[in-house]
Amino acid sequence: MEITYLEAIRQALWEEMERDKRVFMLGEDIGVYGGAFKVTKGLLEKFGPERVIDTPLSESAFVGAAIGAALMGMRPVVEMQFSDFIACAFDQIVNMAAKHHYRIGEPIPLVIRAPYGGGIHAGPFHSQCPEAWFFHVAGLKLVAPSTPADAKGLLKAAIRDPNPVIYFEHKYLYRHIKGEVPDSDTIVPIGQAEVKRPGSTVSVITYGAMLQHSLAAAERLLSEGIDLEVVDLRTLQPLDMATIASSVKKTGRVMVVHEAPKTGGIGGEIAARIAEELFQYLDAPIVRVAAPHTPVPFSPVLEEAYLPNPDTIAGKARELAGF
Amino acid sequence: MMGVQQPAQAELLNIYYYLKLTRGLEQRVITLYRQGKIVGGVYLGTGEEAIAVGSAAALEPNDVIAPTHRDLGANLMKGITPKEYMAQYLAKQTGITRGRDGNVHFGDIRRGIIGFISPMADLLPVAAGVALTFKLRRERRVVAAFFGDGASSRGDFHEALNFAAVLKLPVVFICHNNQYAYSTPLSRQMAIEHVADRAKAYGMPGITVDGNDVLAVRDAVAEAVARARAGDGPSLVEGKTMRMRGHAEHDDASYVPPALLEEWRARDPIDRFTAYLRDQKVLDDASAKAIDDRIAKEIEEAVLFAESSPLPDTKDLLEGVYAA
Ligand SMILES: Cc1ncc(C[n+]2csc(CCOP(=O)(O)OP(=O)(O)O)c2C)c(N)n1
Ligand SMILES: [Mg+2]
Repeated sequence: MEITYLEAIRQALWEEMERDKRVFMLGEDIGVYGGAFKVTKGLLEKFGPERVIDTPLSESAFVGAAIGAALMGMRPVVEMQFSDFIACAFDQIVNMAAKHHYRIGEPIPLVIRAPYGGGIHAGPFHSQCPEAWFFHVAGLKLVAPSTPADAKGLLKAAIRDPNPVIYFEHKYLYRHIKGEVPDSDTIVPIGQAEVKRPGSTVSVITYGAMLQHSLAAAERLLSEGIDLEVVDLRTLQPLDMATIASSVKKTGRVMVVHEAPKTGGIGGEIAARIAEELFQYLDAPIVRVAAPHTPVPFSPVLEEAYLPNPDTIAGKARELAGF
Repeated sequence: MMGVQQPAQAELLNIYYYLKLTRGLEQRVITLYRQGKIVGGVYLGTGEEAIAVGSAAALEPNDVIAPTHRDLGANLMKGITPKEYMAQYLAKQTGITRGRDGNVHFGDIRRGIIGFISPMADLLPVAAGVALTFKLRRERRVVAAFFGDGASSRGDFHEALNFAAVLKLPVVFICHNNQYAYSTPLSRQMAIEHVADRAKAYGMPGITVDGNDVLAVRDAVAEAVARARAGDGPSLVEGKTMRMRGHAEHDDASYVPPALLEEWRARDPIDRFTAYLRDQKVLDDASAKAIDDRIAKEIEEAVLFAESSPLPDTKDLLEGVYAA
């Protein structure tokens, strides 16, 4: 049966809470209300108020508390109402959670669910893609699924991982995409990218909502004889350089596509690693397609101009193919 | 000027006008939202207008506000026009943020409004900084900083109050205690009864007032403002009120007991103030109609203006990230 991306996330939470008594959730409006996006709907009724805890409006407190619980062997899953507000818990994440194992050798098995991304007319404070804020910080794992199956499998993996994992769930995808999800207890291992569309001309390395746009661009270019290979990173930290490398060796042309701003974005690191490690396989300069160096504008006309889309991706891919 | 002066007739009518203008504009926004002409969030202060308006009525023209998302009335009293407000909601170039931000996320420091941002309580330390500047420059100006009951759970709230108290800054912290933060009721937000109780921890006065009594709000804030202006430091004023609609318009607020809403509906701040004005013979049918007609006309002009305004030009997308 096909389910939405949002339902896939809920299923993973449900199954993990059934499987492991240590798993519990903290966040604003996640219980009675079922979450701002209704991701946690029904979980309070099923698991009770000690495992689905509505918190005060205190990001730093509930992330810090989750770290404390993780230290004691619990498996907390925290929901940010919007990933933008993760900034309010930044210190706990980057200074406490991220560094603890390196310093002291004790694991912090924590998952922070971060609904992120634009395209929903929500303006500068409810649309950001903050993954790069955390990409720089050693000790955090970052995942960003783009399909229902990956959403489910990666959330299960994140919950079972002994490290702090930020799980970036794209708000635009919540109800916009559906897909088959394995019934069985299937894990998508952290750290594994996947080729979502094999091709031969250009490697498009992407994740999140940009996967769909990249696939759409690929369809569009097929009639022109341009055959995009679309690599879905799925995990941003650690990067799956092996999958990236095999695609680069195949096509010799690389384009990195993400929704977050280009400046200081993850694409820059990917491009640098390819240049450092795979230069001899490149037939053309590496290209990045990403948002500009501005906040996410509110007005739909501006937001549309801000976000990469199948046209901008196809246009750049066409240039790259002809290099 | 210590002590609170009683409002003259003109001021009472001014308060009436802004209460009604606020309600009227927001009602119109609901219609536009339902017609699909507004995209994104719609945040209203329905039933809480007395806190914004009563507080702003206690300020001098060159005082500054740090509004939260339920303070349209205070914004209007600081000079935001109905036209700009409507254009802001319709994401037009003529909106206060020229389409860069939406709905209640706007400001204009030239008019004494610190631009609101979404993360709750973030403006409170900023308000303290504006107040610090007044103090350093020996200006007898005051900041009124608004926030919700939920916002008072954030560290920024606590840091701002402590900071302002230690530095004795001319700021008045004003809480819309509207019983809910999104779906979270007060009992899940704090283990105390009154937000004003938090003041004690920081060494400032904490006053709880009936937030649906616009003159009670005005008087309490006026006293706190006088104290701040005299150099005696910050205060916390809590207005008890009720969020009468969903958190935003997408939210049907089915988690709010209907009886609670009924109870508060009977205490509607505008109905109460209207009755008071009529009782005091400040308002009669004719003068009420004259004001209401003027408001209706202003609202329709605002909608017309907003609808006929241009959209932002995508050529400007990259402009203005940095100051020149
Ligand atoms: C730091 C932060 N976390 C979460 C949110 C999402 N959010 C927006 S308003 C709100 C509730 C605010 O409640 P309160 O402060 O009582 O103000 P009210 O909306 O009731 O006026 C929440 C949780 C936010 N804006 N900022
Ligand atoms: Mg509230």
